[in-house]
Amino acid sequence: MAFAAPKETFSGKVFEVTIGTDKTAVFGGENVLPFHAFEGSVPHRPVIAYEVQDIVPDDWPETVRKVYEGVSGDPVTWAKYCQDTLNAKAIALRLLSTHPDRENRSPEEAAKTVKDVLAAINVPLIILGSNHVEKDSSVLVAVSEAAKDKNCIIGKAQEGNYKTIAAAAMANNHRLIAMSELDINLSKQLNILITQMGFDKEKLITDPMCSALGYGLEYTYSVMERIRLAALTQNDATMQPPMLADVGMYVWKIKETQASDAELPLWGSLQERGITWEATTAASFLMSGAELLIMRHPEAVKAVEKFIDELM
Amino acid sequence: MLIIGEKLSIIAKRVREAMMKRDKGPIQEIATRQWKEGSGMIDANIGPAEDGGEELMEWMVTTIQEVVPLPICLDTTNYKAIEAGLKVHNNEWGRPLINSTSNDPERFPMLELAAKYNSQIIGLTVGKGGLPADVEERAAIAAEIMARAMEYGVPLEDIFLDPLVLQIATSQDHAIKVIDAIKMFREMNEPPMKTVVGLSNISNGCPKHVRPILNKYYFIMLMNAGLDAAIADAHEMAEAMQEKQLVDDILAGKKIEDAEKMKVIQKTLDVIMNKTLYAHSYLEM
Repeated sequence: MAFAAPKETFSGKVFEVTIGTDKTAVFGGENVLPFHAFEGSVPHRPVIAYEVQDIVPDDWPETVRKVYEGVSGDPVTWAKYCQDTLNAKAIALRLLSTHPDRENRSPEEAAKTVKDVLAAINVPLIILGSNHVEKDSSVLVAVSEAAKDKNCIIGKAQEGNYKTIAAAAMANNHRLIAMSELDINLSKQLNILITQMGFDKEKLITDPMCSALGYGLEYTYSVMERIRLAALTQNDATMQPPMLADVGMYVWKIKETQASDAELPLWGSLQERGITWEATTAASFLMSGAELLIMRHPEAVKAVEKFIDELM
Repeated sequence: MLIIGEKLSIIAKRVREAMMKRDKGPIQEIATRQWKEGSGMIDANIGPAEDGGEELMEWMVTTIQEVVPLPICLDTTNYKAIEAGLKVHNNEWGRPLINSTSNDPERFPMLELAAKYNSQIIGLTVGKGGLPADVEERAAIAAEIMARAMEYGVPLEDIFLDPLVLQIATSQDHAIKVIDAIKMFREMNEPPMKTVVGLSNISNGCPKHVRPILNKYYFIMLMNAGLDAAIADAHEMAEAMQEKQLVDDILAGKKIEDAEKMKVIQKTLDVIMNKTLYAHSYLEM
């Protein structure tokens, strides 16, 4: 008798999310564990967005900073470069200049940046605040309005500011990232609170908080894995939004992506090390269930795209 | 079912202040209320009590037993404080209970006290290395505690095994493991080993209005598993007993008349059994 591989099927399914208006990107929609197409349906590839900042990235390590040397002085040029030269499928614009400890730029200035970037690109845009709970609640409201009906992703809404941000995302027809701090029960709770405001759960994206390889990756991995299992095995609708891994910002601040060859000769070439670190971290989160990644180095993106090719 | 009244804990501000000032009023009032509400024993939790623990425990035991004809559960990690409490305990109202020994060598001497003063004792199934991962680990630790008790001359029927209830908000999968551990502990001796839990830890960290709901239905599930004693709020447990038939009907797959109540019970049982993921607003979903 021929061997028949056992198949695991589930009652739940991850929501399918489409972003953008001109060129769109679609992710989610699967009813199986990551890349288990042999057990069910995996209709879309994970999407990788290139990170762009509205401020010169002088705190990025040289390996990744030099890639954007000629373009990173202006977010519009930078975004166009990612789209036209690097073939980015989506852009993640981080409005870091609005942080009170950085330039403390106003919500109005941030809104203008968003409008300018939107006018220059046709791929979908993810608009991120500076991760400052109070400031984000005014900045993300202004940029939501500036990007009205452009079907962007706005983020990140957290326990301390979700009300105003979710209301603005809802009023201007955007998707919303809900971020909690590495706790599956709090992640579910935040998704519940946001949907209780009338926000459509199918427009949510869950960010259980990312971490770099060697710096707590296993915690994020485990929370993501359990979120996905709750979505599939328990058919828990609050856990069925796709998940985001905001990889680049966690990877490019650790020692392993910064210490020079001379300083740590046993660790190998700094250039390769940094790229490998970002690619490996990103690939791990694809395995734990992330459908949307935000990354920085084009070589790392290329490696992860190849990894996806092989698994799809 | 023995309810060990939980309200006299140093963690509660009013109780702590009364303990520090040696003000008998609030202590006796709380103890009396718990007795009237159905407690068969009163837990006196004085914390680690490193300074003046002996005198404090002595005062607590005599203060409570002055007005309430019940035995005391002596709750502290301070060996000397336990001994001081045992010395003044009025055994006319029943035998005291030491809270607790465990698989941590620092807690072994508690067994000596149990033997010396003919006291009952709680065996908490944790080791020095941290929290038990599953039912099997809890049972393995229970077996070690039982063997050690026999060495020290403490009869097995004087031991209450405690599988350690963890917070559902952070360790949801343990809720059902604790229920299974109760069943397994009972099978470890003939007659069955006695069991106890610190019940309200299940809802620690949950919203205030959710806490009694989780406590009550978890209590009923533990009771169905054969639990002998619970350190709990007697008032809440009396309410739980009034709803036991409803819970048992729902567990048996029957429908109950009160649809709203049915939803609350069903959702809570599903969370306890790890069938749905816990969130603070689980009742609203």
